[in-house]
Amino acid sequence: MPSHEGRTSWRWYEYFTFNVDHKVIGIQYLVTSFFFYLVGGAMAVAMRTELATPDPDFLDPSLYNAFLTNHGTIMIFLWIVPAAIGGFGNYLLPLMIGARDMAFPKLNAIAFWLNPPAGLLIMGSFFFGGAQAGWTSYPPLSLITAPTAQSMWILAIVLVGTSSILGSVNFLVTLIKMRVPSMNWNSLPLFCWAMFATSILALVSTPVLAAGMVLLLFDINFGTSFFKPEAGGHVVMYQHLFWFYSHPAVYLMILPIFGIMSEVISIHSRKPIFGYKAIAYSSLAICVIGLFVWVHHMFTSGTPPWMRLFFTISTMIVAVPTGVKIFSWVATLWGGKIRLNSAMLFAIGLLAMFVLGGISGVTLGTAPVDIHVHDTYYVVAHFHYVLFGGSVFGIYSAVYHWFPKMTGRFMNEKLGILHFVLTFIGTNLTFLPMHSLGLHGMPRRVAMYDPQFTTINQLCTFGAFVLGLSVIPFFINAAWSWTRGEKADGNPWNALTLEWTTASPPIIENWEVLPTVETGPYEYGMGKEIPNKSEPKVSVSAQ
Amino acid sequence: MVDTASTGMNVSAETHVSDGHDDHEHADLRIWGLLTFLASESLMFGGFFAVYIAYRGMSAQWPPEGTEVELLLPTINTIILVSSSFVIHMGDTAIKKNDVGGLRLWYGITLAMGAIFLAGQAYEYATLGYGLTNNVFSNCFYILTGFHGLHVFVGLLLILGVMWRSRREGHYNESKHTGVEMAEIYWHFVDIIWIVLFTLIYILTLF
Repeated sequence: MPSHEGRTSWRWYEYFTFNVDHKVIGIQYLVTSFFFYLVGGAMAVAMRTELATPDPDFLDPSLYNAFLTNHGTIMIFLWIVPAAIGGFGNYLLPLMIGARDMAFPKLNAIAFWLNPPAGLLIMGSFFFGGAQAGWTSYPPLSLITAPTAQSMWILAIVLVGTSSILGSVNFLVTLIKMRVPSMNWNSLPLFCWAMFATSILALVSTPVLAAGMVLLLFDINFGTSFFKPEAGGHVVMYQHLFWFYSHPAVYLMILPIFGIMSEVISIHSRKPIFGYKAIAYSSLAICVIGLFVWVHHMFTSGTPPWMRLFFTISTMIVAVPTGVKIFSWVATLWGGKIRLNSAMLFAIGLLAMFVLGGISGVTLGTAPVDIHVHDTYYVVAHFHYVLFGGSVFGIYSAVYHWFPKMTGRFMNEKLGILHFVLTFIGTNLTFLPMHSLGLHGMPRRVAMYDPQFTTINQLCTFGAFVLGLSVIPFFINAAWSWTRGEKADGNPWNALTLEWTTASPPIIENWEVLPTVETGPYEYGMGKEIPNKSEPKVSVSAQ
Repeated sequence: MVDTASTGMNVSAETHVSDGHDDHEHADLRIWGLLTFLASESLMFGGFFAVYIAYRGMSAQWPPEGTEVELLLPTINTIILVSSSFVIHMGDTAIKKNDVGGLRLWYGITLAMGAIFLAGQAYEYATLGYGLTNNVFSNCFYILTGFHGLHVFVGLLLILGVMWRSRREGHYNESKHTGVEMAEIYWHFVDIIWIVLFTLIYILTLF
């Protein structure tokens, strides 16, 4: 190991370089994606400010369109995906399976460094008017508005897509080939199972999106007519290519979060997880079934009845493995000695929010309902409940949970609880009323609306401001705790998974001597002694 | 931090047979990585193929008049590319017998065959009489063959890389030649994709 010979930790500036350590890359992903979270969040607050009044008086309508397009794009491709998969996936996966690094460390660093240029392309596109066709960028709109910005948008998507594919190759090979010899598939932590399913899904679906993006790029710039009906093309073709990726993409954004939930809920309930195998295999079930539901986004695109029937049914079915997980977590909480800290609060908050989002998802997946509420605020309400109430809550929970591992210090609990309360109230104030807006027929993606919706919109806008404020205690907490928080030892939560068997923060190459798996990852109180803080640190795995 | 990490691990050291730091190196997994990547890459072609098949299904006449494909040159090209898969395998066989000269010879021939394929493709483009933008068929034709051609080009670069590295004595030998095998696997991939593409775009347009 040439560059860090004789050292056990990186110097601060080495976090800003092309570093191949999976822990550094994980933190690079997390910090970068949190930056883009703020950018995307600022766009959302600007849009909600615009929507405080029915007339488009705050933002120029085309800037509003650019904001709504890039808010969605940034939140999905530069925030949730890189934070959940790139950030926690890279940081935790080798630590959880007893590996010293990922299978291909250099490839891993390359995958990360594809993200900043993608972010610059998105931000740079605003000098050319910004892409304005929505994050879905359906033609013909995407063919006729701001072609330069739209092309930059496409290149950004292709860059993050490539990053996602390279990252998934790495996760999959690492999981299959690099587990410490004493770990078999049935003692694999559930987060790793989730990453396994996530990686397969990314490898199958992302290249199809890339194909669609290439065709769109050619239609815009090189005179082809794949999606131009006047020249023999077909706009719905794009929708198929797009949703073949972008429906699985919602599972890319939630499966790692499900993995995080399984870890956090079991550890802070201090109780074995309920239904280990059911949770593990339901991730795989979601991965497989999730590839066959994409047309439920296209029920109003002239879809033939047999397709509506097939995809309504498959959408109902994909809810089943998700329900399996929800019930397993509830059963894990049941009778647990619950440690109600910030990590656990966000996990329980997620359970509540995600059930709401899941139920509205099932209604939307039903063709008869969807035809009525398609492209209304009901859809906006639904996906913010699953993406914000689900994915973002999960990322917050993971930060509070693994912050002691990453930095060797706890986050402040008082600020954490303040953060949770503000976020929880803000989420429900912003997104709950949107269901009503949608059911009453307010279309999404508009800067101007009928005055009858004013009051409810103002409620949403107020909620958005609360959400905007809610990140302040979080960032103060993270910045302050990073250097001054209460010190944490190697295993502050008394957990059994392997990442807690090394020092906090872990040394370079993770362990002096690799740990051995002697209990299942969640076997609390099952005859094995649970290690606690009074024992010598890091002796955990050896029990 | 370091000392704490080492002190508590005495028990695992027993079971782990810790003989120094040799567990810092892991087995060469590059072939696994490449195969996983190619599985994913094949789905990008899969996306293009699906688009092609769908447009064909929706068209009254396919290919539209004036944009028919040529057959003789692509058939010759196909024979060259398919044969090159056998040639490149000879190179792999050679290095397994520690025959670096044989490796360089067979990979050199593969390189030439790949270059002829690309030249043939370029000649076909120049003589077809229709371009990228004529109609949806020609859109598909150029995107598919062009995207495949790009992969052939990358394959040529990989083969060149292997030949360049093989200059150094002992860089590849009978027990250490993962790079050689990776270039070969990639080349077979490019070949298999071409067989599907040739069947779809050329042979099936006859019927």
